[in-house]
Amino acid sequence: MSLELLEGSEAIARAMISAGCRFFAGYPMTPFTEVLEGMAEHLPDVGGVCVNAESELEAVGMAWGAAAGGVRAATGSVGQGLSLMQESIAELCFARVPMVVLNMARGQGDYYQATRGGGHGDYRTIVLAPADLTEAVELVQLAFHLADKFRNPVMFMGDYYLAHVVEAVDTGPRLFPPLGPKDWALDGSTSGTGKARIVSPIMPTKRDAEVFIEYGDYLEGMSGRMAELVAGVDPLYEQGGCEDAEYVVVAYGTPGRIVRYVVEKMRRDGVKVGFFRPVTLYPFPAEALVAATRSARAVGVYELNAGQMIDDVRLSLSDRPITFIGGISFDDSGFGIAPELTPAKVEQRIIKAMAQARAEMAASAEMVA
Amino acid sequence: MTGVVDTSAPPARPARLVDDFAPPLILPGAHQLCAGCGEPAAIRSVVEMIDELGLTNRAVGVFGIGCYTSFSPGMDVEVLQALHGRAPSLATGLKRVQPNTIVFTVQGDGDMVNEGLQEVIHTAARGEPVTCIMLNNGVFGETGGHMTATTVIGQRTKNSLEGRDPKKHGYPIRMAEMLAPLDGVAYVARGATNNAGNIFQLRKMLRSALQAQADGLGFTFVEILTMCPTGWFLQTGEAPDYLEDKLQAYHKLGIIKEVAAP
Repeated sequence: MSLELLEGSEAIARAMISAGCRFFAGYPMTPFTEVLEGMAEHLPDVGGVCVNAESELEAVGMAWGAAAGGVRAATGSVGQGLSLMQESIAELCFARVPMVVLNMARGQGDYYQATRGGGHGDYRTIVLAPADLTEAVELVQLAFHLADKFRNPVMFMGDYYLAHVVEAVDTGPRLFPPLGPKDWALDGSTSGTGKARIVSPIMPTKRDAEVFIEYGDYLEGMSGRMAELVAGVDPLYEQGGCEDAEYVVVAYGTPGRIVRYVVEKMRRDGVKVGFFRPVTLYPFPAEALVAATRSARAVGVYELNAGQMIDDVRLSLSDRPITFIGGISFDDSGFGIAPELTPAKVEQRIIKAMAQARAEMAASAEMVA
Repeated sequence: MTGVVDTSAPPARPARLVDDFAPPLILPGAHQLCAGCGEPAAIRSVVEMIDELGLTNRAVGVFGIGCYTSFSPGMDVEVLQALHGRAPSLATGLKRVQPNTIVFTVQGDGDMVNEGLQEVIHTAARGEPVTCIMLNNGVFGETGGHMTATTVIGQRTKNSLEGRDPKKHGYPIRMAEMLAPLDGVAYVARGATNNAGNIFQLRKMLRSALQAQADGLGFTFVEILTMCPTGWFLQTGEAPDYLEDKLQAYHKLGIIKEVAAP
């Protein structure tokens, strides 16, 4: 293990190369830009290719072609650029092409986009959301493993802080269980053999295939694919102080890290509060959240948006009051630096929400009496 | 050998079935295109030239979305199916990571010129060593005959019923002439499938383009004018002449650029 002091974008780029990524295409947009710079600099050293795509549409298309050629490929952007890629992300799921898509978000306004997607049809992508660089370099490598394992795009959800924070990390390769050969990938070698391969979102088999699959049947099969993701991907999460907490705060990404800090401080002050941080945003760690909130009277959701992940919290917990304690926080930089995201302000919000939860409990107890 | 067939003994080889006459690399079974369509002859010409050049076991076709997409599962050639307009980018990614492949795209005029114009222009300017093929019939054939960016002046379509009028609909794009001046482009030609002579010329163009790709000379482009009697609202038999009179008058046939091997 060798630790190096690296900026987030550089660490993520190096970790992708450690994971075997050999093709990258992107269009500059901060904070994704710095990852693109890192890939452009380092990929040629390992025989890889980085293309400066002329648009996000072309970036995801190039990565699609490279991934279909059997190479570990990635692209990415910020929420706005990913909006342009939504059609391709949906169809990559239907075509069963593995790819890693970096979502170097500005604020947290793109939770819906990342976990629901803005594309067409019945599809989902696995979404991984680290809170610090140590976790980021692990998860971005896990992303390539999961993409290949499930032949499905995997989204890696970074943010402005993660891209620019400097931490000591080991970006070397991580070990994962071996995967089978990509016997579906294209290199021209099966042309003319009577068994030419096809990688297609609409026609999964050649017309003389022994088992011909109709388009409708193929689409129906996609619902099984989503169940396969939910059953097959281990839900990842972090929790703290939940055993006896009367109030649990749910948060992800960099805000999750700040909530963790605040909750640990409050616990030292004797407040019975816990935190729960989903790491896999899809599949959402619902069962773990149920277990973590067993002793809680109420649950708060802290996000830097108008309330998006709170939907998944509500879907997970049906019998507990759930309140939104986050908010949209923006400054002149336009990067979602989030002036509200300071420990003192987060603590005030938690204290206020806990007081409100207690008051509501007392009021309902009075009514029962 | 000419003359009377000798029937006094069984033939030296047994009678052959229709499939025995199927062109190489086209899988048995019917395509789903209309009678009189010019696209099957174009696709057949492409794969036959790949076969003739001995490039088969390196070939991958990247298909766009249009009527011709029904050939994507119908060829014994590896196929990467792209979204509407996006084939050149997929071809770029594939060729970059598998440089030994012979990559050709198949797109229509709606796919390439309407939906994905910038994709092919940038792919050409980057000099990607792939062969982009555009089947140009001047209409969205699959939707039933609607105007595209290459529809010629005066041509009637379902959304230009009185004929394409430059005042209302602007002017058509001459795709081959637009790409040819770009550095990085090694070969550009426009052929047609409306008669045997043109198909003969087209096959030579496709051969040159694929050979130029194999030689690593740069980006290659072949535009193919194809008949669409359904989308042109014509009798099947009238379509070849309509192509010659109307489409060819605007989109001239010939080799537009040919960079010699160094």
